[in-house]
Amino acid sequence: MNINLTLFVQMIAFGVFVAFCMKYVWPPIMKALEERTAKIAEGLAAAERGKQEQELGEQRAVEVMKEAKSSAQDVVAQAQKRYNEILDEAKRDAQAEAERIRHAAQAEIEQEANRAREELRERMAHLAIAAAEKILQREVDATAHKDIVESFAQQI
Amino acid sequence: MSAETLTAQQYIQHHLTNLTLGLHPEHGLSFAHNAEEAAAMGFWALHVDSLLWSFGLGYLAYRFMLGVANKATVGVPSGAQNFFEWIVDFVNENVRGSFSAKNDLVAPLALTVFVWVFMMNLMDLLPVDLIPYGFAQLMSLLGADPHHVYMRVVPTTDPNITFGMSIAVFLLVLYYSFKIKGVSGFAAELSLQPFGKLGMPANLVLEGISLFSKPLSLSLRLFGNMYAGEMIFILIALMYGHSLLLDISGATLQLAWAIFHILIITLQAFIFMVLTIVYLDMAHQHH
Repeated sequence: MNINLTLFVQMIAFGVFVAFCMKYVWPPIMKALEERTAKIAEGLAAAERGKQEQELGEQRAVEVMKEAKSSAQDVVAQAQKRYNEILDEAKRDAQAEAERIRHAAQAEIEQEANRAREELRERMAHLAIAAAEKILQREVDATAHKDIVESFAQQI
Repeated sequence: MSAETLTAQQYIQHHLTNLTLGLHPEHGLSFAHNAEEAAAMGFWALHVDSLLWSFGLGYLAYRFMLGVANKATVGVPSGAQNFFEWIVDFVNENVRGSFSAKNDLVAPLALTVFVWVFMMNLMDLLPVDLIPYGFAQLMSLLGADPHHVYMRVVPTTDPNITFGMSIAVFLLVLYYSFKIKGVSGFAAELSLQPFGKLGMPANLVLEGISLFSKPLSLSLRLFGNMYAGEMIFILIALMYGHSLLLDISGATLQLAWAIFHILIITLQAFIFMVLTIVYLDMAHQHH
């Protein structure tokens, strides 16, 4: 149990081992540990972010669906409206057309009636003149009493 | 084993003598053949066995740590890296818990202390005669007398080794005390408390004792525990070779003591590390 030079040799060896450990062992292993800690923290943060984004996406999906539903309803309503409009228009057109045809027919009828009346009147005038000629063959000159005959015919 | 040819006293003596290389006043530079010769060599002698085991184990641990550190990946760690990171984390947590100042030396120092002391203590779990007996037989092949070939395999049972480390730690404590507190600050810490200015001599005595008891207690605690542990293994080994009953009880005792000793060697390595950290922390504190 002698204290001797061994003590100092051990002291020096201790110093050397500590120095080597400090220079070559500790830094790389600590670096690896710290980097892994940072990586794990990053991963956890990314997972959290992903979760949030997923929630946001779900919310957005619900909104988009709602929007789509309401716009579809709009489209249906608009189509309904347009259908009604077209129906009304067609009805109006048909009425107008019927009116027009009716007018045309009436005008034609009137024309026909007028023509018939004119013809009747002319024939009546001729008939009256012929009758009057027969009655007044000698006393009345057709040309002299023409205005009387005409005013008579006009009254028919 | 050797007890057949040696008395119990000689057997124990043989196990407690280092393989000493030194300058003997009569024989010159040589290995000591017995404890008296080793003592006669005085200061200029080396305990070759303690130093070789200490360096060898330290180098082994260092190679392992270096290999792991060089291949350290940020990704999923391999088995060796996982194991080493576990130790590093453990040491680092202790340093963070006990050491409040900023010093890049302390954590690697604590790691070296813990790993190295643990490795040296671990040698205590080998059967006490395994390496010494084998070494003596090997040397006798080379012509040496096996009864005078010494080999102690547990470096921490050699006070030179434990004092070597504790004094190195003590020098660091002194260095940082002077560096952080300054000469006057350190002198004031030693002389002005606990009794104030008037009690300066008493303060110096008290603080001086407390200062120098640090390396003393640090190394003697480790040395005492390991020495006593080894002594018990040697005493148990004396039980072998007499009768079957003694052999069986010896084996049982050895197993029980070895299992208990696993706790002690780890605990002693841990205590050495923690006290190193604490002493250095005290050196870094201002008052």
